Amino acid sequence: MRRPRAVASVAGVGALALVLTACGGGGTSGGSGGAGADELTFLGLNENETIAATLTALSEDECAAENEAQPLTVTQQSQETLDQQLQLLAGQDSLPQLFTSANAPALNTELFEADSTVDLGTALDELGVADGIVPAARSVVEQLYDGTMIVLPTELNIEGLWYNEQLLEENGIEVPTTWDELVEAFATLQAAGVQPVSQAGSGGDGWGITRWVGNYLLRDLGPEALQAVRDGDAELTDPEYVAAAQAVSDLGAEGYFGPSPTSIDYATALNTFLAGDAGFIYMGSWALAAFNDPEQNLIGEDAIGFLPFPEVEGGAGSADQMPANVGTAVSVSAAGYEDEATQAWVRCVVENYGTVALRDSGQITGFTVGEDVEVPALSQLVQDQIAAVDESVLWFEGYFSAAATTTSQTNGGLLGAGQLSGEEFMTLVQADLG
Amino acid sequence: MNQVLGDRRAVALLLTPALLVYTLVMLVPMVWSLGYTAFRGNAISGFEYAGGENFATLVSDPAAREALLFTLRYAVVVTVGQVVAGYALSLLYVFALRRSSTAIRTLVFFPVVLPTVAVALLFQKLFEYAPQTGPVNAALLAVGLEPVDWLGSAGTSFVVIALMDVWRSMGFYAVLLYAGLIDIPDELIESARLDGASGWQLVRSIVVPLSFPVLVSALIFSINGTLKVFDSIYALTGGGPGAGTTPLTLLMYRTAFFYGDYGYGSTVALALTVLSLLVTVVIFRSYRRDVTRG
Repeated sequence: MRRPRAVASVAGVGALALVLTACGGGGTSGGSGGAGADELTFLGLNENETIAATLTALSEDECAAENEAQPLTVTQQSQETLDQQLQLLAGQDSLPQLFTSANAPALNTELFEADSTVDLGTALDELGVADGIVPAARSVVEQLYDGTMIVLPTELNIEGLWYNEQLLEENGIEVPTTWDELVEAFATLQAAGVQPVSQAGSGGDGWGITRWVGNYLLRDLGPEALQAVRDGDAELTDPEYVAAAQAVSDLGAEGYFGPSPTSIDYATALNTFLAGDAGFIYMGSWALAAFNDPEQNLIGEDAIGFLPFPEVEGGAGSADQMPANVGTAVSVSAAGYEDEATQAWVRCVVENYGTVALRDSGQITGFTVGEDVEVPALSQLVQDQIAAVDESVLWFEGYFSAAATTTSQTNGGLLGAGQLSGEEFMTLVQADLG
Repeated sequence: MNQVLGDRRAVALLLTPALLVYTLVMLVPMVWSLGYTAFRGNAISGFEYAGGENFATLVSDPAAREALLFTLRYAVVVTVGQVVAGYALSLLYVFALRRSSTAIRTLVFFPVVLPTVAVALLFQKLFEYAPQTGPVNAALLAVGLEPVDWLGSAGTSFVVIALMDVWRSMGFYAVLLYAGLIDIPDELIESARLDGASGWQLVRSIVVPLSFPVLVSALIFSINGTLKVFDSIYALTGGGPGAGTTPLTLLMYRTAFFYGDYGYGSTVALALTVLSLLVTVVIFRSYRRDVTRG
């Protein structure tokens, strides 16, 4: 008699579990930032003070009236756990009205498709402030999210190689324009006892290395190379894709990324370059705040040059195709946006954020700048580069799922150390792409 | 007292609040998680019935296989390290240091009370290779050896993780086993000595058999703790480099909360639970067999 009773108990528990699970999630109403909220909550990042500081500055001046109706409250948390937090909040319909967009574009798409965030393209048209977004920024966002603008571009970055002009001059190196010239420059620097490139590869900071793979691919196979992988027309394990990863692995095997990229995090990599201990660094223009800060930048603003990722000889891509992104962006929760006070806030942010961020933090954003603001020379250089961009391209993991992105970035350090071959790296990432 | 405990209603009254809390905070989430194994999706996109798909994925997933192998290797090495080091220390307390062991016991126990993240940072600095050279590599250089990029590859990272976790917890096992050892009657040990038993014979024939129950408890504590290791590895290596030091727990955490796949995450959790259960049962059974033989 015991066994049937036990089986029945297990079956009962299993059935209960299925029922409970099926009931879980999927609700759509409520939320802490819903209509009629007393405050405008913004969920920011510990690692990014600019957005919170700019919103706070807006609340005290340009958006004082909106702040009166719905006072701004800023909460912050670490970037590493942001995606997890957003999933949790969205699952409980508790997303704040404004929040830092997820690290993984796939999660932003998922939130949008679940009606948790606002279609800002339509919303800004209705508010009459659509021209508050720089066309280049809009194009970058729409390229990433299938033609829809679902985040506010609180940053607009270009990426490329920054170099120490003094170190290049001292070693008789001309600014390289092709991949081969770049590799030659690395060899010269290393022979002179200078670390050629400072690049992070520790844990998730391995994106510093995987950017090299993505850019090589885009220069070699053309700007559609990664779209072809997304659309299933190509696989990362195809020989021409493996060749790109192998080119980066070869740099690692030569030790050009430093003695141990897997031990170096983002801050250390940036400090190494700004202390004058490395010739090059691949970085986005979001680092301008550090470049413009004399306490961090020991080599001086004038000693830093910018070089678009060089062309690969015989490749289908060109150096004019600039890697661009909106970096740390902001999303608006659909429930919160039902409130007119929140809509007023969004209108005010779109109209004024660009000016205040550039004026106070030297940050180039995807919002139009309303008045002449004096900017440091490097920021001006980046602005000019952005203005000259004809065609922007995404980063290596731009179209990847969260799992493939993590696999790529956590293995980037091993690739940059030459411990993984191009084939091993691409096989690992392709496995998560499915 | 007997009267109170003989009354079923009194027993029910006393037990109900605890059982209710236990059911709500332990059993319901466990059953809920069990249910997720038959679904795909998450709280944002909703859930879709997936039948046995998650289990099929688990069997064919190379990442799960790698994590399982790492978990088993870690559990065996660290359990042996913790229990052997703990037992050696407890023997030292009882037979060599005797009553003056209090200060040493406190010192050896100290790492147990340190926060895991602090210990991980300490070991990161100790074994640092770049950008600065840590004390371990400085010592290697001082004796004319090449420095090692300890956290730069999976093999050497494993060594650091195992060393750290044995160092961190051996004080706990030493105290646990010490409590078992001081229960052994002095007369027994004295009479064995009079019968001519030397140090090693004494340990093998008297001390180990008599402290066997507490040794088995320590083994079960340790193997279950190490199979479910999360915090120390997460803080020291983050599961890297690559996925070289990723245990099942970290794979489960990432799958459920970063990749938004609650179903597969729960399936990994279920596999880990079954594994812990199996190991515990095996240890219990072999312990019983030994007692019968003895």
